[in-house]
Amino acid sequence: MKTILAFLAVLAAFVAAPFALGPYYTTLIIPILAYAIALTGLNLLFGYGGLLSFGHAMFLAIGAYASAVMGAKLGVRAFEAQLIVAMLASGTVAALIGLLCLRYTTIFFSMLTLAFGMIFHSFLFKFYDLTGGESGISVPRPSLFGASFASMSKTAFLVGPFYWYALGLFSVMFLLMALIVSSPFGLALKAGRDNERKTSFLGVPVFKVRYVAFILSGIYCAVGGAVLAVSIGAADPELSYWTQSGNMIFIIILGGLGQLFGPIVGAVSFTLLQDTLMANTEYWRFALGAILALIIIFAPRGILGLITRALEWRRR
Amino acid sequence: MTEMLLRALNITKRYGAFTALAGVSFDISKGEVVAVVGPNGAGKTTLVNTLSGLFMPDEGGVMFEGRPVAGLGASALALRGLARSFQLVTIYPSFTVAEMISVGAFARAGQTFRLLRPSATCRREQAQVREVAAAFGLEHRLETTCSALSQGEKKLVDIASALTLRPRLMLLDEPTSGISSADKDRIMETLLAAAQRLGVESLVLVEHDMELIARYATRVIGLKAGSLVADMPPDAFFRDPAVIETLVGKVPHNALG
Ligand SMILES: Nc1ncnc2c1ncn2[C@@H]1O[C@H](COP(=O)(O)OP(=O)(O)O)[C@@H](O)[C@H]1O
Ligand SMILES: [Mg+2]
Repeated sequence: MKTILAFLAVLAAFVAAPFALGPYYTTLIIPILAYAIALTGLNLLFGYGGLLSFGHAMFLAIGAYASAVMGAKLGVRAFEAQLIVAMLASGTVAALIGLLCLRYTTIFFSMLTLAFGMIFHSFLFKFYDLTGGESGISVPRPSLFGASFASMSKTAFLVGPFYWYALGLFSVMFLLMALIVSSPFGLALKAGRDNERKTSFLGVPVFKVRYVAFILSGIYCAVGGAVLAVSIGAADPELSYWTQSGNMIFIIILGGLGQLFGPIVGAVSFTLLQDTLMANTEYWRFALGAILALIIIFAPRGILGLITRALEWRRR
Repeated sequence: MTEMLLRALNITKRYGAFTALAGVSFDISKGEVVAVVGPNGAGKTTLVNTLSGLFMPDEGGVMFEGRPVAGLGASALALRGLARSFQLVTIYPSFTVAEMISVGAFARAGQTFRLLRPSATCRREQAQVREVAAAFGLEHRLETTCSALSQGEKKLVDIASALTLRPRLMLLDEPTSGISSADKDRIMETLLAAAQRLGVESLVLVEHDMELIARYATRVIGLKAGSLVADMPPDAFFRDPAVIETLVGKVPHNALG
């Protein structure tokens, strides 16, 4: 119930945003939604499953390239078809890689995912014909539910139909995740995070539970990646670079690890923070790093944790 | 003849060159409450870990319900009816008591991979959770976060979570360690009553407290330096000063009542 109310508040803010902020800022919100979708998936694995992946930018890129290859090379403009291919491709890759990575936990898991991410990054450079190499592939405007919006300008398309589409997509993916984390599966995943041995003696096949979470997180990242590619108009190899994975982890921690609203709060805060810092200082990377350190030390539950604490304090 | 649940046949377990268990054999039948005693380092935890399939013995084998335990995997074994707890209390700190107990209830019902239904709305499993909690006197604690429980309650929740699986055989590694002696008796009584109520057929418990053993065990197994040095009913055990001397040191004067 509380979750639904909080979600409606978030939704209301995103519905109001384009009217309040105008087209320029609205184009900046679409990447926020894209990251929120992707990170909602990564949060399942990292926050609820306790498995820190340094390779999930790969799945973001798989989504982006699926959209780009479908639209630019195969002439399939229907975004729904692109999304399905993105999810299938990403789910398949996750199913293969997960089989190996999940034999390990802790730092060994992290390093293996990092390694696969790096392999994938170099793959994007190598297979020029498919991926466009260093320059990537530009993403043609997709059609949404069969409508091509050909008469619209690029910005009008993005801040109009595509914005609402992305918001709808985020809502659906978010609500699905709300169910997943409160389901018996979500419980088993968290239990395995807290104590693997104990959990397996409670009849839970911990590996399989993590495997499903890994695949789901890959699928979420691919959907986010496809939305991201349309909003920036291109899929390029930097999307899969390991620093991108680092950023994704940063945003989750900033928002609040293992909390349903962590990714959306993180994505909004990160964008605002980065914009403000970049506009005011050339040392913005330093400032971002310092903020991450402060959050980890003083607010381990992230900005969301601070908000919850403030709300509880006010209620008293 | 009573039905046999578990058979340990000549199990030997080594850590490198060190032999922690040396050719230990025994059977456990339905209806037994077996106390495993022995000084620190005798191999009691190693025995529990081997019986529960966590360790592969270097020699010999363990059968549960006539089938080998080896290679089955903890979760499959737990679902087949052999559950266990650990020497150190294991709770999930952020879980409520109800959530912690429900993990096993969902596993037993084959619902672990149910993804799109909030666990709180699964009526059948939640009813089981309440039933198990009630058996442990924890019904008023269902919504309490595990980390906020007292040490004794943590132990009970830990064991309750495993008994939700309704195992036939439950292995308990020092269920009363770390509990004040004033509370030990109550904890043990609660746990035995709950086990009986939930249909557990046999219990194996590693226990140091001679009074508890005298009161509750139907059989005592003594381990020393990895060898089985005693396997007898409690009254015979307590009548044998030499055995007690090797296993416990001095005899507590009030153990015999
Ligand atoms: N993982 C291990 N590696 C090496 N030695 C171990 C290991 N676990 C236990 N031991 C040794 O095996 C012996 C038996 O240990 P354990 O089964 O824990 O005894 P108990 O539970 O009776 O106190 C001890 O001497 C202990 O030091
Ligand atoms: Mg021990």
